[in-house]
Amino acid sequence: LSHGSGGRAMAQLIHDLFVRHFDNDYLRAQNDGACFPLPAGTGRMVMATDSHVVSPLFFPGGDIGCLSVHGTINDVAMAGGKPLYLAAGFILEEGFPLADLQRIVVSMAEAAREADVPIVTGDTKVVEQGKGDGVFITTTGIGVVPDGILLDPRRIQPGDRILVSGYLGDHGVAIMSLRENLSFDTAIKSDTAAIHGLAADMLAAVPGLRALRDPTRGGLAAVLNEFASAAGCGIVIREKAVPVRDEVAAACELLGLDPLYVANEGKLVAVCPAEDAEHLLDVMRSHPQGRDAAIIGEAIVDPNGFVQMETTFGGRRMVDWLTGEQLPRIC
Amino acid sequence: MIRRRLRVTGIVQGVGFRPFTHRLAHALQLSGWVRNDASGVTIEVQGDAPALDAFAARLRTDAPSSAQIDTLEVEPCERLGDGAGFQILDSEAGGTQRATIGPDLCICPACLAELFDPANRRYRYAFINCTDCGPRYTIAARLPYDRANTSMARFAQCPACLAEYRAPGDRRFHAEPNACPSCGPRLGFFRAADDGKALPVSPTVDPVAEALAHLRRGDVVAIKGLGGFHLACDARNASAVEKLRTRKNREEKPLAVMVANLASLSEFAAFGATEAAALNDVARPIVLLPKRGDTDARLPGVAPGLGWLGAMLPYTPLQYLLFHEAAGRPSGTDWLAEPQPLTLVMTSANPHGEPLITDDDEALERLRGIADAWLLHDREILIRCDDSVVRPLAGQATPQFLRRARGYTPRAIPLAAAASRHDVLALGGFFKNTLCLTRGDQAFLSQHIGDLDRVANCRALEAAVDHLTGLLQVKPEALAHDLHPDFFSTRLALQLAERWQVPALGVQHHHAHIAAVLAEHKRDAPVLGLALDGVGFGTDGQPWGGELLRVDGAQFERLGHLRPLPMLGGDRAAREPWRMGAAALALLGRQDEITTRFAKEPGAAAVAQMLRGHAPTTTSMGRWFDAAAGLLGIQPRMSFEGQAAMRLEGLAQAVGPLRLAAPLHRIDTVAGRMQLDLSPALAELSEMADVKQAAALFHAALIYALADWVGAAAESQGIRTVVCAGGCFLNAILALGLRSALQHRGLTMLEAQAAPPGDGGLALGQAWVARRMIEQPGAWKNPGF
Ligand SMILES: [Fe+3]
Ligand SMILES: [Mg+2]
Ligand SMILES: [Zn+2]
Ligand SMILES: [Zn+2]
Repeated sequence: LSHGSGGRAMAQLIHDLFVRHFDNDYLRAQNDGACFPLPAGTGRMVMATDSHVVSPLFFPGGDIGCLSVHGTINDVAMAGGKPLYLAAGFILEEGFPLADLQRIVVSMAEAAREADVPIVTGDTKVVEQGKGDGVFITTTGIGVVPDGILLDPRRIQPGDRILVSGYLGDHGVAIMSLRENLSFDTAIKSDTAAIHGLAADMLAAVPGLRALRDPTRGGLAAVLNEFASAAGCGIVIREKAVPVRDEVAAACELLGLDPLYVANEGKLVAVCPAEDAEHLLDVMRSHPQGRDAAIIGEAIVDPNGFVQMETTFGGRRMVDWLTGEQLPRIC
Repeated sequence: MIRRRLRVTGIVQGVGFRPFTHRLAHALQLSGWVRNDASGVTIEVQGDAPALDAFAARLRTDAPSSAQIDTLEVEPCERLGDGAGFQILDSEAGGTQRATIGPDLCICPACLAELFDPANRRYRYAFINCTDCGPRYTIAARLPYDRANTSMARFAQCPACLAEYRAPGDRRFHAEPNACPSCGPRLGFFRAADDGKALPVSPTVDPVAEALAHLRRGDVVAIKGLGGFHLACDARNASAVEKLRTRKNREEKPLAVMVANLASLSEFAAFGATEAAALNDVARPIVLLPKRGDTDARLPGVAPGLGWLGAMLPYTPLQYLLFHEAAGRPSGTDWLAEPQPLTLVMTSANPHGEPLITDDDEALERLRGIADAWLLHDREILIRCDDSVVRPLAGQATPQFLRRARGYTPRAIPLAAAASRHDVLALGGFFKNTLCLTRGDQAFLSQHIGDLDRVANCRALEAAVDHLTGLLQVKPEALAHDLHPDFFSTRLALQLAERWQVPALGVQHHHAHIAAVLAEHKRDAPVLGLALDGVGFGTDGQPWGGELLRVDGAQFERLGHLRPLPMLGGDRAAREPWRMGAAALALLGRQDEITTRFAKEPGAAAVAQMLRGHAPTTTSMGRWFDAAAGLLGIQPRMSFEGQAAMRLEGLAQAVGPLRLAAPLHRIDTVAGRMQLDLSPALAELSEMADVKQAAALFHAALIYALADWVGAAAESQGIRTVVCAGGCFLNAILALGLRSALQHRGLTMLEAQAAPPGDGGLALGQAWVARRMIEQPGAWKNPGF
């Protein structure tokens, strides 16, 4: 790719690439914006945006393309919304291989089609070499929240149950292993996926769900700490109940990572009243994306808002939020 | 005839200070009175001037041994009548708080004699005490130290006890926990049912005899002590020790033993006068003693593979009763001079590294599945306090603290009087956390709180903040904390600073380590600081840990550091020395050997692969020790902090000091700093088959290298004093060897003594630095968050 004088032609090329692969009426209209009707009788709208930078761009289980579609769809879904449309903005670094771009665009198109959420508008800029990192993708999603749904972690009460939709740590560990050039007997694949279908089933079954969140950067630990501080209560989880694949646990050991802090891209954490927990679990497990769902703990009375974990050996470990990376503490 | 008022502050309550004053006034034929108040003790005496002068002088020189006078103010006051004797008045509440509760004391000889005298009304009574002995700090809820403010409040004294308590000449005059079998606390005994649940045992059985029977059977017995519960078992019984370890989650930490007396200890350890004095101290700490050659065979599994044995003597009447029972209940105390075979493992009952259990119900519940029986009583422990651990330092009269707790807290560490008097609260580090509160020229270092990865320890830290600030009535002007943003102590400091509207001052970890030593030695001039420990957060956000600093009050300069070692997997690397061994091979350019040398490690190939990439690094000395242990294959994994270094020390101890033919280090200048590279020593050691020789070589090379490095800095900085601190100085071979190597170069080495050299002393250093930061605003930069 190049920019500058020949840039215009190139931009046209890229534009065509998008139109061809994303392929929908809105794009074909060639307008600067997409104009769409609202579903009738819906109360509130939700909008979410997320910029995606990931290194490496291609990884087992996915790439930056599908990740950027899933991430934003999930953010809309975690607000209780049914995602309707997506917008995508690209910042490409000069010299970025066209073949790679094509691969990313195809992957995005497939992800959007699979999720049934069209990419209806977009933009591309090419920056000078050294001023970008290959490609950055920003996606924005818009959706509608059915009436009667109110997801807000401030509503979490002591006694509420905490559930996760499946195995944790797959995405982060897949990325880290690739960065470290590690290979394992069983390949660890990113879990990147759009989980709005699962979320919709859950909301339909338990409209009184208190909170939903996707444990991306910072992992489960970050989400639980956000919940605890928003709700002003404590959270206790049981290590035994937290689903982590054996190979992910082994890789975490090797890499010195704590799976609770590792990113996921196709999982959710849910909080619901205790009496709904079993029913919610059944609903989750009957959805392919919630097959391995589990109740991992509960909210408790604790003015400190500590998140703690009962370890397999007994005793309660602090699951603190972290300022940044997992920094060594042993003195 | 004139009259004077004397105000005494310090540890002057609960130590027999008023009866002493009474006797002294009587001897000097003075009239007047003495009274406890919130600030200490106030005395008015009337008589001739020379007698009054003598009174003030002897108040200091003849005071009871467990008293500690911090200040003594004398002022004239109006003469009253002709004086009618000397009286002890009731305590006065209110006023400025300057008093301090005394630490807990072991049973005194007079009480011991009564305990084993069948004719005495307190014969075999487990709660015998007097003003010279017994619990203080751990039973006191608040000041002044009066019975009503202790957990003895619920036991009304019988007429006989009350008479003693009220008689000024009596040893039990105002002995706040005074009690006897008819009015005081009682023992209880529980036995585990088949499901592990504790069942009370009929009150007709003798709890002491029953507990001993269980111990002899090889059972684990939970015993209530002064500051918390112990788990005890027969130290000579291999399967009992093994059982205890298995039930404590296969813990590998060395266990401490309790023996009846010094005569019983000679079998296991060598000791001289300093060690004997430390063991006999009224604080009764655990003392680390060099083991005899066959100690591991006599005490299988107690402290395997290590050069040291932690031992202590009994300190509560109850502990003495167990030994008395084992000896066949002899009358009198002669048996206490003879060797007694009973040797007990006494380890803190703190399951999963959580706070020491102090409560009976909690003990019955949480020690289910761990204890076979419980020996407890109904005198509540209000303040948790672990056993203290000390180690004699060669050539020093007072030992070095490794853990400062029972018997010492809340005794203050005196600070230089001329230095800053700003009161600050320092919240310490992450592991072995303690906090430190200053009040004027005193630093109050809290008892050991524990590692802050445990929720319960975090709560204990909060409770300790409330307790200490309340007890000492101090409103800190600032909070001090570590630079690590993710320590609970850091977050709590920031929170409290916000709540109290005072500044929060971040103090670099190794700066604080050095400052802790400066604080207790009352030094202030610029010094060289050699901080050797695990990892501490550096000002550049990197994990430091082998640092050569120039420390000048609130400022420090990083003159040099160890060569950075790749550290794979953060804290994981610190638990698996084989990874550090692999890292060392990578540093030596011998990556290819990693998979063959560590063939038993499933992760070896992956680690080798990661070491080819860009691995994070640390300058930590602890990790260099781990690398040596990893290369030698002696400790591929650790189950507790410092285990690998302790094993290396144990191996080297068996060989003794080595003479080095040539240096095995390099000093390079990297980015303007002196970098000490120990890789030549590791290269040498990696080819050695004899691990003992190799361990000794590593220590010798290290001492040589450090002396060379520090010596060069001393030369260029023109500084002759070297302050050594950090957890690595728990290694006695290193500490001792470096001391003499520095002496050879005409340098003076200062070491931690009153506070632990490791992270247990960190808070003291933080407080010291923070006070100087307040004094020198603008001279330093707070990194903030
Ligand atoms: Fe440290
Ligand atoms: Mg997101
Ligand atoms: Zn006594
Ligand atoms: Zn009595």
